[in-house]
Amino acid sequence: MNRLASKLSAGFLLIVSAVAVFAPWVAPYSYETQDTLQTLAFPNMEHWMGTDRLGRDLLSRMIYGARVSLFIGVFTTLFALLIGTLYGAISAYAGGRTDNLMMRGVDVVFALPDLLMIILITVLMGRGVAGVFIALTLVSWVTVARLVRGEVLRIKEYPYIMAARALGASPVRILVREIFPNILGILVVTLSFRVPVAILAESTLSFIGLGIAPPFSSWGSLANDGWTAIKFYPHLILFPSSAIFLTILSFNFLGDGLRETLDPKASKVSA
Amino acid sequence: MLRFIIRRILLGIPVLVTVATLTFIIMHWVPGGPFDSDKILPPEIIANIEAKYHLDKPLPLQYLLYMKQLLQGDLGPSYKYLGRDVSDIIRDTFPVSFTLGLCAVLVVLGLGIPAGMISAYWKNSLLDRSVLLFAAMGISVPSFVLGAILVWIFSHHWHLLPPALWEGPRHMVLPAFALGAGFAGYIARLTRTTLLDVLDSDYIRTARAKGLTESTILFKHALKNSIYPIVSVMGPLTAGLITGSFVIEYIFSIPGMGRFFITAVTNRDYPLIMGVTLVYAVLIVIANTIVDMVYSWLDPRVTLK
Repeated sequence: MNRLASKLSAGFLLIVSAVAVFAPWVAPYSYETQDTLQTLAFPNMEHWMGTDRLGRDLLSRMIYGARVSLFIGVFTTLFALLIGTLYGAISAYAGGRTDNLMMRGVDVVFALPDLLMIILITVLMGRGVAGVFIALTLVSWVTVARLVRGEVLRIKEYPYIMAARALGASPVRILVREIFPNILGILVVTLSFRVPVAILAESTLSFIGLGIAPPFSSWGSLANDGWTAIKFYPHLILFPSSAIFLTILSFNFLGDGLRETLDPKASKVSA
Repeated sequence: MLRFIIRRILLGIPVLVTVATLTFIIMHWVPGGPFDSDKILPPEIIANIEAKYHLDKPLPLQYLLYMKQLLQGDLGPSYKYLGRDVSDIIRDTFPVSFTLGLCAVLVVLGLGIPAGMISAYWKNSLLDRSVLLFAAMGISVPSFVLGAILVWIFSHHWHLLPPALWEGPRHMVLPAFALGAGFAGYIARLTRTTLLDVLDSDYIRTARAKGLTESTILFKHALKNSIYPIVSVMGPLTAGLITGSFVIEYIFSIPGMGRFFITAVTNRDYPLIMGVTLVYAVLIVIANTIVDMVYSWLDPRVTLK
């Protein structure tokens, strides 16, 4: 069942990403075209998901919103992964006092109430994609740093690393050529579990009206638009919410599947 | 035990100082201030206001003044809610957020642990699979989406529960559930995994061989040993509940700290931002300390250092 779920999830995510990338060609309307004859329309033949209070086609806005949501989710995570891996690997490999000092830095960031910091940074940076991007990266690299440090500490002690060192390999070479391939699997698994966290954070932020500012929209801000009209036009919140939910769910299923395949330690745990 | 508590309090102080310092830096990093408005005020008035709140002084001095004030236990006046101190606002809003958090913890444990137990005990049954599916869904559903669904079903459609405000137990059901359900999914999965491990161990086989009833084995022997992982994730989980609560407060118009934080940030109400952030940080530190204490109390193999 897990195999099937992760394959279906991968398929779903591929479709959503393709739609996001090719948004201008896929979307039936532009994200700001107003159909003034049909405002707050329910789903119909012309507007498959209905229209908002300005008569803008919800499906098109969802397709453009996918760009923002996925872009932020994937790229903040990649960025955090990059910073965290470098930081954690260097810290673990250096060891001793450097390691200690670098990890205290990580502890400090960990002590911050992260969602509060994300809000603070985003709002002060001016509520754009850039603000959300920086805020999310800043709070999420530390998890990766800790994880990578632990892995490198473990792998560092293996005989084959000692052999490489005895052969005169430089620390950089050992890190890049000997250690990195061994943590790649865990990094891929982490990627698929961290992307939904980032998507969730962005959509939460946009939902409370502090994330992406109009006229741009992410699924979170669309859900917020729908929230104000939930009583009489529930479809306006239903579609963006479902998109967020299904995407996060798919990433989690995909992560489960990847972990079973790539992480030898986790293969027997099914939780 | 007392030494442990004192040690943890002492360890918490540098954490809080760092949180305060970082928040201060972030707040003042970007240009603009709390008294910028569309209305153009005469420069004398702005100068007066800024002098009153020390905003005309250089940043390092502002920082020192604030920290000195903080050491005296004074969180300062709010810039936007005139005539109100930050500590007044927190005193009014904290109990609301705290009650919400407590109700959510009840949902998390009350839903998560039994679900996980059922799932582990009837492993691979249809029941187990549905619990796992619901847990996966719970983990993936954003709290605001769940909140919206709950409001639509129970308030707008069936008119069973109020969709907003905070005026009694009936108002607490939907927010607590929306906040706690996702974490309950985690706890259910965790309970299942650890319980499965424990049920496989030798001492359970011994208990079965002795002819103990299944319920004694499950509740008295197995559950006791699978509770530790749950206790140890309660720290981060409480932190998640605490910081997650402001979305819920926003959706349900609950007058808690989180809602004030949002308005404080948009208003650049520096003292209020600081105050709320610090209260959250203190709560997280306290929660972690309590979790560690409970852990060592439950598991005699762990000694507090």
